[in-house]
Amino acid sequence: MNTEELIEVQERWNIPYRHSAGRFASRFLIALRDEKKVYGVRCPRCKRVLVPPRPFCERCFVQCTEWVGVSDKGTLEGFTISYQAYVGLPTPPYASGLIKLDGADTALMHFVGGVDLSDPQKAKKAVKIGMRVEAVWKEERLGHILDIEHFRPVQK
Amino acid sequence: MPRRVALVGVGLTKTANRRKDITYPELTFEAVNNALSFTHLKPEDIDAVVYGSMDPFDGLSCPEKWNVDSCASAGVLNKPLMKISTGGTTGGSTALAGYYNVASGLFDVVLAVASQRVGETIDAQQVLNTCLEPCYERPFGFGAIMIAAMQATSHMHYYGTTEEDLARVAVQNHEHALNNPHAHLRFKLTIEEALKTRMISWPLKLADCCPSSDGACALIFASEEKAEKITSTPAWIKGAGQITDGYYLGDRTWYHEWDTLATLARRVYKSAKIYNPFKEIDVAEVYTAFSIQQILEYEALGFCEKGEGGKLLASGATSMNGSLPVCPSGSVICTNPIGASGLIRVGEAALQVMGKAEGRQVPNVKLALAHAWGATIGFHTLMILSKEKP
Repeated sequence: MNTEELIEVQERWNIPYRHSAGRFASRFLIALRDEKKVYGVRCPRCKRVLVPPRPFCERCFVQCTEWVGVSDKGTLEGFTISYQAYVGLPTPPYASGLIKLDGADTALMHFVGGVDLSDPQKAKKAVKIGMRVEAVWKEERLGHILDIEHFRPVQK
Repeated sequence: MPRRVALVGVGLTKTANRRKDITYPELTFEAVNNALSFTHLKPEDIDAVVYGSMDPFDGLSCPEKWNVDSCASAGVLNKPLMKISTGGTTGGSTALAGYYNVASGLFDVVLAVASQRVGETIDAQQVLNTCLEPCYERPFGFGAIMIAAMQATSHMHYYGTTEEDLARVAVQNHEHALNNPHAHLRFKLTIEEALKTRMISWPLKLADCCPSSDGACALIFASEEKAEKITSTPAWIKGAGQITDGYYLGDRTWYHEWDTLATLARRVYKSAKIYNPFKEIDVAEVYTAFSIQQILEYEALGFCEKGEGGKLLASGATSMNGSLPVCPSGSVICTNPIGASGLIRVGEAALQVMGKAEGRQVPNVKLALAHAWGATIGFHTLMILSKEKP
């Protein structure tokens, strides 16, 4: 008996899910699709405008009911540039980060595009914390966070 | 009032990307068996088990079921077993659960065990990238690497930390791992070599990132009375705690600071009566999965001022010959069986206090700190181990 040989049992499962976006994310995503507009909610207690919108303010633990439109322009608050490919994510390189839209108190996660990212040493000069960015909307929108294709540097 | 509790036994395993020679329960058995041998306890001496792993790295939804008999025959002896899973802090939370179980007075001897086979996940990034909720955040992939990379870009922007500073963290931990037979990556690394590795997520390169490891750890917690019978070198729990932060990554954009860890440190230092952590702590085992995090950890734990983490490392203060050696084990950047990594930090800190850390022993350790982070950097655990009874 060959005791050197070790067997590996290969497994591949495909477990499908469906996630309820709920009333708040639904309204937000539908507004992206139908109005090309970004909405947040205002907390009745701390008055912060929360983007993305959510049913309750986590700080105050009160329900949010007031919807507030915010700009599709904002400031990049943090980012990274991916050079490694991952399942379910775009072909690298791509930049992603946190964008605080004008009128919002929290930042939205999204892609930063319209910049040449092929060389990291050049890309780090083109994508910077504090830079002004604006939404690039898709022509065909589906009621999805990626109805905004990405945020690009504000054209001067 | 919580009872006094000591860590009396530590069981580590060999770690590697793949342990093809053993099954998952056998990996757990290796850790538990080592912890039992360390204490000369028998399975019958264990009152309760806490078991940690982060699903679904191991490819089954209920790994505690498969591992129940490797937890000191828990299944056949009909012992109580509780499963703990809090992302990267799983191991840290498992240590806390072991401690709480004894401190509460409900059990006298508790086995805390965590095992993980990240190497059996063909693509671990799919697990990490599905840590994010699906409506707003998941399409952008902020699993572990990208969030750590964002910490790095922010630290570079606000404090001028450089790619060389990051490389220096990797280099020091690799140097330390050479002394640790339980480490996964054991090779000498230079700054030049680290800087030449391929870019993963700007500014983190391959050398700035942890590997996928198979590994396990088992610890035995005991009440004061039992601990003093079991061993002459108990590691007493002098302080411990856990902290969480809110869910949305965009609600906290100050990634150049780890303020949740700083808050937890203040709480735990207060309860442990530590006033100057840099002077009073003799060795720290922090959870450095990505190079930038050790810099942030120094700052949040009060080892230096904000923005000075890179300088502290460059000064040599945290090397094996420094005044506060950090991660003699080589940390998570050299070995990452994710759910077990936090428990390994506690085990390594305990070995230092016991004077049993062999080739990686820091001389005269009286006080050691163990840390873990998890949940897309939102959770932290801390434990302070002491040679003197608190």
